[in-house]
Amino acid sequence: MSRQKAPSGTLKKVLGFISDYKLSVIFSLILAALSVALTLYIPLLFGDAIDLIIGKGNADIPGIIKILLKAGALAFVCAVLTWIMNTLNNKITYSVVMDIRNRAYTKINSLPLSYIDSHPAGDTVSRMISDADQFSEGLLMGFTQFFSGILTIAGTLILMLMLDWKIALVVAALTPVSLFVAKFVAKHTYEFFREQSSVRAEQTALINEITGNLKTVRAFSKEKDSLDKFGEINERLRKASLKAIFYSSITNPSTRFVNAIVYAAVAFSGAAAVLSGGGITVGILTCLLSYANQYTKPFNEISGVAAELQNALACAARVIEILEESPEKPHKENAVIKTETKGNIEIKNISFSYTPEQRLIEDFSLSVKSGQKIAIVGPTGCGKTTFINLLMRFYDVKSGSIEIDGTDIRDITRQSLRSHYGMVLQETWLMPGTVRDNIKMGKPEATDEEIIRAAKLSHSYSFIKRLPEGLDTVIGEDGGSLSQGQKQLLCITRVMLCDPDILILDEATSSIDTRTEIRVQKAFNALMQGKTSFLVAHRLSTILEADKILYMEKGRILETGTHKELLSLNGRYAALFKSQFSE
Amino acid sequence: MVIILKKLLIYLKKYTLETVLAPLFKMFEATLELFVPLVVKRIIDTGIANNDLTYILKMCVLLAFLAFVGLAFSITAQYFSARAAVGFSSSLRYSLFSHIGTLTHSEIDTLGTSKLITRMTSDINQVQNGINLTLRLLLRSPFVVFGAMIMAFTVDKSSALTFAGTIPVLSLVVFAIMLGTVPLYKAVQKHLDSILLKTRSTLSGVRVLRAFSAEKRDIADFTEKNQLLLSAQQKAARISALLNPLTYVIINAAVIILIYTGAIRVEAGIISQGAVVALYNYMSQILVELIKLANLIITITKSFASARRITEIFDTSPSVTFPEKGAEPDLSKPAVTFTDVSFTYKNAGERSLSGISFTAEKGEKIGIIGSTGSGKSTLINLIPRFYDASSGKIELFGHDISDYSRETLNMLVATVAQKAVLFSGTIRENLLWGNKNADDELLLSAVKTAQAEDIIKAKENGLGEMLTEGGKNLSGGQKQRLTIARALVKKAPVLILDDSASALDLATDLKLRRAINELDFHPLVFIVSQRTSSVMGCDKILVMEDGEIEAVGTHSELLETSEVYREIYMSQNGGANE
Repeated sequence: MSRQKAPSGTLKKVLGFISDYKLSVIFSLILAALSVALTLYIPLLFGDAIDLIIGKGNADIPGIIKILLKAGALAFVCAVLTWIMNTLNNKITYSVVMDIRNRAYTKINSLPLSYIDSHPAGDTVSRMISDADQFSEGLLMGFTQFFSGILTIAGTLILMLMLDWKIALVVAALTPVSLFVAKFVAKHTYEFFREQSSVRAEQTALINEITGNLKTVRAFSKEKDSLDKFGEINERLRKASLKAIFYSSITNPSTRFVNAIVYAAVAFSGAAAVLSGGGITVGILTCLLSYANQYTKPFNEISGVAAELQNALACAARVIEILEESPEKPHKENAVIKTETKGNIEIKNISFSYTPEQRLIEDFSLSVKSGQKIAIVGPTGCGKTTFINLLMRFYDVKSGSIEIDGTDIRDITRQSLRSHYGMVLQETWLMPGTVRDNIKMGKPEATDEEIIRAAKLSHSYSFIKRLPEGLDTVIGEDGGSLSQGQKQLLCITRVMLCDPDILILDEATSSIDTRTEIRVQKAFNALMQGKTSFLVAHRLSTILEADKILYMEKGRILETGTHKELLSLNGRYAALFKSQFSE
Repeated sequence: MVIILKKLLIYLKKYTLETVLAPLFKMFEATLELFVPLVVKRIIDTGIANNDLTYILKMCVLLAFLAFVGLAFSITAQYFSARAAVGFSSSLRYSLFSHIGTLTHSEIDTLGTSKLITRMTSDINQVQNGINLTLRLLLRSPFVVFGAMIMAFTVDKSSALTFAGTIPVLSLVVFAIMLGTVPLYKAVQKHLDSILLKTRSTLSGVRVLRAFSAEKRDIADFTEKNQLLLSAQQKAARISALLNPLTYVIINAAVIILIYTGAIRVEAGIISQGAVVALYNYMSQILVELIKLANLIITITKSFASARRITEIFDTSPSVTFPEKGAEPDLSKPAVTFTDVSFTYKNAGERSLSGISFTAEKGEKIGIIGSTGSGKSTLINLIPRFYDASSGKIELFGHDISDYSRETLNMLVATVAQKAVLFSGTIRENLLWGNKNADDELLLSAVKTAQAEDIIKAKENGLGEMLTEGGKNLSGGQKQRLTIARALVKKAPVLILDDSASALDLATDLKLRRAINELDFHPLVFIVSQRTSSVMGCDKILVMEDGEIEAVGTHSELLETSEVYREIYMSQNGGANE
């Protein structure tokens, strides 16, 4: 999956992102050109001024003043232009990164569950946050220094040609050496940066896992062992970083060295030209020397930037990998938006497995009439979640079909399909935000009255009331200080508010005390009057009330029928039932 | 600032040599650069004036030689600097990780995991970057700036006064901008933290988000947060973008003054034309260095903000501490005794536990039952000292629990938490958390007791089966049973099951309890549950209500004496007949 991406391909993609800001980029280019032109012109003025200082009693002071005033005014204009350009570049860069993050985030929301289930969250987070950040820094450097660098090179070359073409040729001839050095270093650093990125991601994943579950780690006094593991990765990261940082930092001194050689060459050929009386003055020599410096400096910068850009590209490639993951299969073109449903569900000969080696559901059929209650029973780990995954289309069946009111669910938009389901899972999830935001998740337009009614129905209102800010209380990451039971009650309230047509309860009340559970159950019963529901059950009452029971084991549905039918079948269900309730 | 430096610079100690050598070599390089204008001055004043081409050639070879030696110095400096910076961040990261490992539940609650993760990752990278650039440039730049000034004085004292005037103005500008951006970069970091949190949370809740078709709104929320980040970044950038243009204007003004006064002094015959050129060159060198310095200062500012956040974590010390060498447990004494124990969570107004007293003997089964929020988990969290009681006394095998060393306490108490957490690695590696010296036989017997045999059997590699991050490839119930097995491997004399069978069906739950009854090491078992069926076989049941023990007794006693217990029981067994 993780193909090694050629950096040139990445560059093209990055340019694609930037193209949204074409106008700003053009404007920034114009500003860069203007400020470079001024930066180059001002030393010329200083050279002229110096040429007017010839020796004792021989200096044209009024002439000098005139030139210097002009230089001063231009320097000021140049500074203003540079500032505008810098601000603009910042804006472009940060906006590009914001766009990329937005796109990546949008992508995450459309990736198939199989991707998310199989990729460590820590790695994805690291791509979204730190890789994107590094990319933005590199890009900014590229922007502020790349354009003006190239322009400075071109401008200086032209000016030098105008001042003295021979010396200019000396400079132009020596320049490729600098470029070659920069390119050589950049080429060799890219791999090191990629290596660094990948070790860093490995470490981030470990940090996420250990820090994210610190309480468990502490409970087993496993900090030391985790630290050993961490230390091992840390040492590898140290080595990889040292290589990446050291090799990339060779660029600057090397190009600076080439520049110094160019400087010496200009000094020699310039001074020789002055001696031979080739029309060159000391002022022009000063100018040429200062240009030789200016000419080579951008090479310095460009090569420095090149190293930085390599790193940025390596990081960008990792973010782009997310963007290029294929999303959930899109809806069929003629997919319908289902606004109403009676809740008739027809499961026809479906087969499904996560991996080809391990077959799970095979050739299973089931017919659920509107308003029926289906209980899913089986020993823990029997694969009840798989069944829910298929109903909700988190995963698609491999063959066969699931129909809702006669329409294949693959012909319905996922959104409208899911909007008919209300789902409460055993593992509660709340988003960071207020209690109100969490309850409203499925129905953002709900009023406070509706929320409170739902909260009362689901018996969460009594504790919400007691929270410091009531509905406005902000709950932190992973539910923060709420107890498992309170979190589950909020999840139930969330579903109550939506008043869904079909209900899926995956041991939804496992963390709630039974006194409350009975009341919640009653509320559910009222809510589900005449509606279809699927219940992963561990309570006898739910099973007895069910219209149909699916007995699952090892991911397969082994027996289907009513309680009575299954008992008389005297198979696995009967055995489970006897062992469970004969106590 | 000084305190922060002091705290973090210890991690550079191991790299003292590198830390000294890097800037030293940089300084050598800079010194060489300072000679360049002097050489050029000689070319003009001596070589050109005397029409001496050999002299000029000699001087130019000298320039090339200076450049070569400079290259050698510079690469050496870069190497030492990279070594020091990377070494520094590596040891800093290691000890931060190690420090985070000492934090107890209370601090983890207050700090929050995503904060800890950012500190470990991007903040440390930022500091590393800062150190690297500091070593390379922080000394070099002022050295070049002041060196150029001193050289200017050797050329012409009176003209050099311009330098003496320019440098303070420049420093002032640079510092003002630096100070101005500190709080702004702080704000940027805050917004970055918030999108990190958002991303993490979405990845973990993706099923729920999709079930509610809430993707669009979730994306809108992210976009909004991202937009806030953008405005914060721009605000900071607008000010730091002032740096280059301002320094440019100041330097050019200085050059103008320099040429003007130089012209007057040349006319008066005090200095030569070459001297003016040299002075001009020195001023240009200052400009180049200042631009570098300015960029450096931006990085350093960010690094400082990061460093401050990192020290905040270091400053958070664990609220529960253990003696190095603790007491030895006296196994003949009662296993667990609570005497009038109360507990209030940090930052919470109300007490979560008050006046808890009871005694539990070795080999007993103690049930703890009560509604959600009644304090069941809080009570048992005090035994392994996840939190320390606010008042009262808890004794374990004849000693106050705070008298035990961490290792001893850890050996005495095994807990299975409500939330089943497993780690990436093989099942075996996960189970070995309980006791790293356990052999497969012990592991398998623990697995058998925890009713998790079928999980292992179903896996192709048995105990060697790999679990993905967080055990995502297992169901909730499977995870719970493996976490129980993990705790059993410890063979601790006190075993706490904190509602840890909630995802198990009743049949498995029953088998589990029977198997635990038959454990050969006869631990004292606490069973926290909401089901009366789970605790009814216990020797003693504590009924919790609003942080207090409402009643104590066996199942049949409580049915007589406790209103709360009877209600819970009826709700579960009456419910079956509804």
